[in-house]
Amino acid sequence: MVQPDGFDKRLRDARAKHGLDKGEGDAKLPGGAWGVGFRAGVEVFSALVVGVVLGLLLDRWLGTWPWLFLLMFVMGSAAGILNVYRLFNPRRVKRD
Amino acid sequence: MAAEGKAIDALSQFQLATSLGPIGASVNFTQSNLYMIFAAAIILGLMTWGMRARAVVPGRWQSLAESAYEFIHRMVTDQVGEEGKRFFPFVFTLFMFVLVGNMLGLFPYAFTFTSHIAVTFGLAAIVFVLITVVAWSLHGKKFFGYFFPEGAPLWLAPIIVPVEIVSYLSRPVSLSIRLFANMVAGHVMLKVFATFVVMLAGLGAVGPFIAVMPLAINVALVGFEVLVAFLQAYVFAILTCIYLHDAVHLH
Repeated sequence: MVQPDGFDKRLRDARAKHGLDKGEGDAKLPGGAWGVGFRAGVEVFSALVVGVVLGLLLDRWLGTWPWLFLLMFVMGSAAGILNVYRLFNPRRVKRD
Repeated sequence: MAAEGKAIDALSQFQLATSLGPIGASVNFTQSNLYMIFAAAIILGLMTWGMRARAVVPGRWQSLAESAYEFIHRMVTDQVGEEGKRFFPFVFTLFMFVLVGNMLGLFPYAFTFTSHIAVTFGLAAIVFVLITVVAWSLHGKKFFGYFFPEGAPLWLAPIIVPVEIVSYLSRPVSLSIRLFANMVAGHVMLKVFATFVVMLAGLGAVGPFIAVMPLAINVALVGFEVLVAFLQAYVFAILTCIYLHDAVHLH
């Protein structure tokens, strides 16, 4: 029985919004508030580490200390924020 | 194991020492390696000896082996899709190795090899190389489209591309740090509260009664650590699956 006014879809959306239905495609990772917080922290930290290390290596290679280091530090922060954003909004909306 | 000299020594449990006597010492075979071999032997034993019966109605060990197999099989097919089945052996090996390693570390006097960043980063590096090779071999040059989302204005490329590259390179780092930090934190907490028990117990007549409190915390902590040991192995495996999905489908 399909309602003409898209009731099923609205119901599904409302249920999904309140977390009653598990979303189809998103990989729901377990863990409470602490787990999520810790994951977000790790994502930011690791992106920062990668950015800083990459900047230092490029600087050593090209002899441009400290400019690429500073640039890559900013890039690393941006990547960390991007990682956290992806943590909560998985990029894959549709499956396959 | 006890608190010698009234100091909490929570980190010496992660120190490496050679095992297997003079043979181990000459080739730097540490207790970490020894426990890795234990883990591999346990997994192998579970899968061969446990599945030996091949009963229609499985016994305890067969049921454990089958549920582990099916758990990862479902995870891989759910996350990566049908074409992900060829990665099942890899993900299963990874999951079982991390899981058994975490669980082994909870036994008294045992060593947790997953509490070393070198080990976890080694595992994460294998995952990283695999996802890169898979994405490259399946998509060729289109792999670089990964670093620049379609439809973004071209003048943003100098900002987006480095950020995406750093984000991509941070995957193995975050994967390894998560597992390593969880295991270290859990074992340090266990050790600290265990030291409290010993310290408080030596506090005269009332000492043993107060010492019950950290002991109770430790009992709860061990249960919590079993959960964390499973959860971290699960997270490691499912993130590998998600990365493999990204590599296979490339959005």
